[in-house]
Amino acid sequence: MTTQNLESETPTPEDSKMWTARLRNAWQRNLPIDKLLPDTQPAYVASWIYVFGVLTIAAFVDILISGLILAFAGPAWYHTSSLGLFVNSLHFWGVQLFFVFMVVHLWGKFWMAAWRGRRTATWITGMVAFLASIGTAFTGYLIQTNFDAQWIAFEAKDGFNAVGIGAFFTPTNIGQIMLIHVALLPLVLGVITVMHVLLVRKHGVVPPIDALPEIEA
Amino acid sequence: MKSQTAKQAFDAAPWTGRVRKYDIVKEATIAVVIVSMLVVLLSLIFSSPDDKQLTFRDWAKTNPTNFYATTVQELAGTSESAGYGPPYNNASAGLNVGPLWLQKWAGVTHPVDVPNDLVITPLTLSVLSAREASALATWKAATPDQQTTWATAYDTAIGDADGNYTAAAPGDYGPVPVLANALTNVAAQGSLDALLLAGGNFYSTDNTKQILFFGDGAYLDDAATAANLQGNTWGMMNETGRYPGQAWLWLYSIWYQIPPFINEESAPFGSNADAYIMFVVLGLTAGLMFAPLIPGLRSIPRVIPLHRKIWKSYYSEENIKRRK
Ligand code: HEM
Repeated sequence: MTTQNLESETPTPEDSKMWTARLRNAWQRNLPIDKLLPDTQPAYVASWIYVFGVLTIAAFVDILISGLILAFAGPAWYHTSSLGLFVNSLHFWGVQLFFVFMVVHLWGKFWMAAWRGRRTATWITGMVAFLASIGTAFTGYLIQTNFDAQWIAFEAKDGFNAVGIGAFFTPTNIGQIMLIHVALLPLVLGVITVMHVLLVRKHGVVPPIDALPEIEA
Repeated sequence: MKSQTAKQAFDAAPWTGRVRKYDIVKEATIAVVIVSMLVVLLSLIFSSPDDKQLTFRDWAKTNPTNFYATTVQELAGTSESAGYGPPYNNASAGLNVGPLWLQKWAGVTHPVDVPNDLVITPLTLSVLSAREASALATWKAATPDQQTTWATAYDTAIGDADGNYTAAAPGDYGPVPVLANALTNVAAQGSLDALLLAGGNFYSTDNTKQILFFGDGAYLDDAATAANLQGNTWGMMNETGRYPGQAWLWLYSIWYQIPPFINEESAPFGSNADAYIMFVVLGLTAGLMFAPLIPGLRSIPRVIPLHRKIWKSYYSEENIKRRK
């Protein structure tokens, strides 16, 4: 890098070819800040069904917090202390609500055909989030380190072994499952959720079916 | 009727119609507060399920007869684990879906040498009486054929006595009865759990051997039946106690409740149910994942007009009639 005089730092058409500038410009074009954080919504955004995406995020936040405490205190804690059991309960009920909200959200978006108008990627990232959530919940049940976990490990191994997945994903190996549950999957779920919500903001909320005004022929 | 392209362009274009004030940050904040309160409330009222883990110690103490008989099966190679196939051993080819032998192709990535890993090594690592130690030495010195002959003969005799080894007919079982008894004692003292887990090493996080051994006997299975957790009674979705379980697995669990999969004996579907059902669920999931791209499927929301309820006020304000 050579030091340059001031004049040369004013942007030239050449500069917009810089990778950094391209990224900034693409972001600016697709998702300017007032699209990211709008204070109005189309008039048709007036139904309880729209709340369920946000409720899912809220439950996810609660799960992350209680999960973080459980991770530090360790499995033995919640079998023996009443505070531990309570935090475990927070985690458990957070998950139950998370799934209720997400499933209502999913079917709401299905019946609204909310993939219309180039929103297929929003739907697919949602489905990936749904699958990642099932994986996270499943591995969570496996690391309960109680009778239920023993039984689920015993039963589930057969399903995975039957199609060869058991060769590398091992429900009976608590070390592997614990890492997948507390590190890998929450990260995947967090990243995919961010992508999902950014896509929603980028495209705006899908118009109602048949909202296109009828023009007399 | 509008052309499809016009509709798609309209749906994709930025909204230019009427708008309303909508504070998404406030909405999110209120959502977090309300959901957190709900979570705390549910936890205070209902707590959460946590049925104590089962141990080999409990098994050997509460049902020594069954533990003993299971140990003999592990030595004889007649247990479920001994005949399992991949990823633990080559005793069988595993399940298949038509020409797809995925279980076999994935290979033995997690080798478990059943008689040695589950019985002989734990005994080798334990303090034994002189009689037990000499039985162990006899076993180790014998040929594999001899070992199998002793153990299967004893396993058959126990089976004939309805699983009760004390009633088994006398015969030439070599050191097997002493070994089975020794392992029952080791288990009852509480050391078998750790011996199976670490096998004489310091670190281990892999419970595969414990789970396999557990699954071969009646203790885990009986407990699961009592708790209503068996697969053919929707067990996959159930929790211990009166708690909601993994209800979201219904689409997976349902196939285990119906023919042809429910009958585990019937070939090819029942006996390969685990493999077939994985494929069925994979297919259904892909269907939902790519619903926006699948003609017919993606039109269902238009045909069944639940959307008229969701956007009811907008439709009536704008006087938009349902179109075909
Ligand atoms: C971790 C799970 C999920 C979270 C946190 C989440 C979050 C959100 C949020 C906050 C919105 C905007 C507000 C709303 O309309 O509710 C949204 C919209 C949307 N979600 Fe999800 N979602 C999740 C899973 C799913 C699933 C499973 C699907 C369906 C397969 C899905 C499909 C959609 C679609 C199509 C939209 C756009 C709706 C529109 O344009 O009107 N989401 N999501």
